[in-house]
Amino acid sequence: MIVSLVKRPEQSQSMVYVSPLIALVFTLIAGIIMFMIMGVDPSEALYAFFVEPLTSSYGWAELGVKATPLILIGVALSIGFRAGVWNIGAEGQLTLGAICGGGIALWLYDVDSFFVLPLMIIFGVLGGMFWAAIPAFLKTRFNANEILTSLMLTYVATLLLSLLVHGPWRDPDGFNFPESRIFSDSATLPVIWSGTSLHLGWVFALAAVAGIWVLMSRTIIGFQIKVVGQAPDAGRHAGFSVNKMVWFVLLLGGGMAGLAGLFEVSGPIGQLLPSISPGYGFTAIIVAFVGRLHPIGVLFAGLLIALSYLGGESAQITMNMPLAVTGVFQGMLLFFLLACDVLIGYRIQWGSSAAASATGSGAVSNEVPNG
Amino acid sequence: MIETAVNSRNTLLRLEDMTKAFPGVVANDKVSLSIKSGEIHALLGENGAGKSTLVKMIYGVLKPDAGQLYWTEQPATVGNPAAARRLGIAMVFQHFSLFDSMSVLENVALGMEKGIDHVQLEQKIVEISNRYGLPLDPSRHVYTLSVGERQRIEIIRCLLQDPKLLIMDEPTSVLTPQEVSKLFATLHRLADEGVSILYISHKLDEIKALCESATILRGGKVVDSVSVVNETPSSLAAKMMGEELQLSEKASHTEVGDVRLELNGLTHIARDPFDISLKNICLKVYSGEIVGIAGVAGNGQDELLKAINGEDLCSPADSVKLDGKACADQGPNQRRALGMASIPEERLGHGAVPGMSLLDNSLLTAFQRLEFLEHGFIRYDRCQAFCKSVIDNFNVKSNGMGAQAASLSGGNLQKFIVGREINQKPTVLVVSQPTWGVDAGAAQTIHDGLRDLAANGAAILVISQDLDELMSISDRVAAICAGVLSESFPMEAISIEQIGLMMAGVDPSSELKDQVSGRLLNQLAGQSEESPGNPP
Amino acid sequence: MGEVLIAAVLTIITAATPLVYASIGEMISEKAGVLNLGVEGMMLMGAVCGFAAVNATDSSAIGIIVGMLAGSGLSLIFAVLVLGFQATQVATGLALTIFGIGISSLIGQDLVGIAYDGLPKLPIPGLSAIPVAGKLLFNHDILVYGSFVLILVVSWFLRSTRSGLILRAVGDSHDAAHAIGYHVIRIRYMAILFGGAMSGLAGAYLSLSYSPLWIENMSAGRGWIALALVVFATWRPWRVFTGAYLFGGITILQLHAQALGIGVPAQVMSMLPYVATIIVLVLISQDHNKIKLNAPACIGKPFHPTS
Repeated sequence: MIVSLVKRPEQSQSMVYVSPLIALVFTLIAGIIMFMIMGVDPSEALYAFFVEPLTSSYGWAELGVKATPLILIGVALSIGFRAGVWNIGAEGQLTLGAICGGGIALWLYDVDSFFVLPLMIIFGVLGGMFWAAIPAFLKTRFNANEILTSLMLTYVATLLLSLLVHGPWRDPDGFNFPESRIFSDSATLPVIWSGTSLHLGWVFALAAVAGIWVLMSRTIIGFQIKVVGQAPDAGRHAGFSVNKMVWFVLLLGGGMAGLAGLFEVSGPIGQLLPSISPGYGFTAIIVAFVGRLHPIGVLFAGLLIALSYLGGESAQITMNMPLAVTGVFQGMLLFFLLACDVLIGYRIQWGSSAAASATGSGAVSNEVPNG
Repeated sequence: MIETAVNSRNTLLRLEDMTKAFPGVVANDKVSLSIKSGEIHALLGENGAGKSTLVKMIYGVLKPDAGQLYWTEQPATVGNPAAARRLGIAMVFQHFSLFDSMSVLENVALGMEKGIDHVQLEQKIVEISNRYGLPLDPSRHVYTLSVGERQRIEIIRCLLQDPKLLIMDEPTSVLTPQEVSKLFATLHRLADEGVSILYISHKLDEIKALCESATILRGGKVVDSVSVVNETPSSLAAKMMGEELQLSEKASHTEVGDVRLELNGLTHIARDPFDISLKNICLKVYSGEIVGIAGVAGNGQDELLKAINGEDLCSPADSVKLDGKACADQGPNQRRALGMASIPEERLGHGAVPGMSLLDNSLLTAFQRLEFLEHGFIRYDRCQAFCKSVIDNFNVKSNGMGAQAASLSGGNLQKFIVGREINQKPTVLVVSQPTWGVDAGAAQTIHDGLRDLAANGAAILVISQDLDELMSISDRVAAICAGVLSESFPMEAISIEQIGLMMAGVDPSSELKDQVSGRLLNQLAGQSEESPGNPP
Repeated sequence: MGEVLIAAVLTIITAATPLVYASIGEMISEKAGVLNLGVEGMMLMGAVCGFAAVNATDSSAIGIIVGMLAGSGLSLIFAVLVLGFQATQVATGLALTIFGIGISSLIGQDLVGIAYDGLPKLPIPGLSAIPVAGKLLFNHDILVYGSFVLILVVSWFLRSTRSGLILRAVGDSHDAAHAIGYHVIRIRYMAILFGGAMSGLAGAYLSLSYSPLWIENMSAGRGWIALALVVFATWRPWRVFTGAYLFGGITILQLHAQALGIGVPAQVMSMLPYVATIIVLVLISQDHNKIKLNAPACIGKPFHPTS
């Protein structure tokens, strides 16, 4: 049987929503196969991964904690990707946010004031923005590829954090461990669900989703982002500045990543460590795509991916499974999603294609009357 | 010059009842034709008549649904272009298959079936280009060549295969009239040597000047097969267009008012090696008139449009003036506020966003002038009313305002874009290739829209490669060549060959004494009665 | 002093070799018009699979081959998604890297801490005895020699062969190449698989010769540096080679500086290769014309064969 792809005259709107679900099903099937290869009972493993974490209120709160940075960054990256700006250095911007915000916490260690936390938040955001401003400047001024520059800066940021916690910011009473002091109470995020670790950051994440939804669907800024991303020449013709968009989305992405980083160190972690994120900045890229680059989608995708982190931890504890399984799941989900997205622009035709092109090479044949 | 051999010649290619359907349209419906050796045969028809589909089947690019092809009276199946080339069929496409960053030699080598020593190949290229009058330097890179030179690469590629049948798809749409006459000399020479040529065109005068016989297509069917000698351009036109035939009468001259658009030493240095720099362009367009800019593709038309609409900024500021206000240093939004609108050549991706709805696409350029925004928020209710008016006024066939731009046919999308700009009531409109690849009905709608806008006092600049279009709608015409704009002349005071010289960058007043070329071109133009050929 | 210098140059060669493989592979795939951002992931796959194979079979030859196959296996996923399913190249390449990091650490969880002697040195009889030059050029393992051969072959292939011409043509204009009758998709598959194999080799070199051991994420951004090198080299093989050695030099410089204890914190020195990458990228990218005239015109663009 021959399967061929036929281009749809218009992109399918329903497939935009259906494709992630199909991808999820394929990911689970591939996961079952992977567990069988690893010699693990698939049903037990899937239970440990996707159900067990949600059997307690602690689990639900943790889900929110893990989803907070993913959503904050994912929602900002998604609009960057819509504008065709590939900021993949969010991990570095997150780190800078943690450094700058955390630096304030250490600087004001002895100050007991309501204003410490807001100041930290401001500096966290500014730190992330500053780190993202570098690729923005290099791209708009020198035409340097933002993928590579933002990524290289991630390595630099990680080393910078390491330098600080090994050196000037090391806890004087910390037995020489590369850690900062534990932040004071006024530098720690308030918990919004008592008895759990769900912190104020979750509220910010929800607000970010709502704010960016409005921005993208109702304002001219969002419209410009979409136009510049899909057809830069049409954007220029309409008078939209591509450079301004590059700056806007990079600063937004950097700011949100910085905020996420600050929330990590002033929330769940409570101090500065050499490593403060299990790769949230990279995983947020997956979140953005699985969420269809749409704020509401990102909300759900963020929760799903957060669940995979929790599941990885629970499977490690209960089944002694390596943590790396989480990364594999996330990667597979993105692969299947990218594959399923072909259904948005094409439909599958079973049997021999009526439009079998004589020269047809490759999987896609697309014929139009022309002349 | 070729009549002598006609009767003794054999039939080279014969098509019987070729049929090809695409979803929703029968592109070719039982098309038959036959071509003899050494014959130049025209395939005549409007855009959308099915010419390209037919030749693609001959060349093996498309597979016919039904019908039979006979090659030297033997039934043959052409499975792919390579098979066609093995039979001796070569084709010069309308869109060249060239590699910009590579040399002429490499481009020719890539067109060969097998690898060949480059030194040998270079000699062959030089030999063929001398023999057929196709001058070309094998070491030049394609991106440095003019469109006419690029076409020569394609022709040489074909000739290297010693073809028996050469198919040419609208070859003259990118050439100056002078280049056209050179091309015709080459084609006659080939025909004399026994090569058959299938010449696709909708230009009647060319067919009169070049071809021996013609097959006329309309709506995918053969309406007639004729010997060209017995036809006049108007009889051919009647057959080609059927009932649709409407001689576009020239608009009666409207009163010309104040200067609305003034280009005053406009200069723009190209940032990109593939772009053209604009050099000291001076032009005034008055209220109520349509000024045409002729030129071969790639001579700075795109750059001119962008310099006028504000996509590219220039200095000094007064090198572009809209209604007397200097604005060369201002972007598209400020210029739109001054009354400017523009329609770029590329519809999908420049004039419109392919994946966005018509509603969003109407917001694209109209949000500012028509005040669709409140504090940065979009008022979609206002935008909807505007979008609906564009669709209704310009008879845009679509699935409503939600339809994606990419789903519209070329003609309907162009009507939408033209309508979107015209309905904003601009005082200056710059439009590039308004009817490129558009069917006659849509072209009519678009031309009417432009004339109405001018009649209401706007100044319109039409950039087009289609001389017929310019002659039918412009009041004045100038030509652009290598980024330099010629003087402009009133349409009634200039002949097509003078425009041709201007397109080649030559001042027409000094060169027109060459009566010999003048007569030849007059014959080409088929309208010597209108153009006495005296310099303005 | 001479000995120290020779030792320094030798370490530069070891630092440059993986970059040569990875960036030459990526350059070929970009020449065909495909931007594969998954180099880092493919390197890690090559590293872990090559190491696992050596660990299982004790044969360095098998290790090298498995490393290559692992890299091209991962690149096959990319190729299918991008060429078959019309997925965007940038997103798919990122996915490849994320997936590669995950799957390699999963495969390698039991390999951490296992020691390996490294690939055997293969001194070339006679030549290796030449003072200085013999040590510098003729006393290496197979993969270092291989990188020299690779650069010669690839530059000859691109400059002087018809296949090389066709490859470049596909990257310059896939529509034109398709119209003439070349199999764009097939050529791109081959280019991507070659790129994957070379990234795999680069990874295998890291785990079998450079370190030689397996640790998670051991490529440490070299895949991304390789990507930057291709731009820096304006898609020319000899410049890729030069660039790889330049970066090898910077890496070694910072290692030696750390060892000498010049008073600059180790982390600052470790930032050097990344900062240098950014600077180099900026220097080369600001010349708009240079990029425009050298970059394959179709890079990153999806191809739909239409007729």
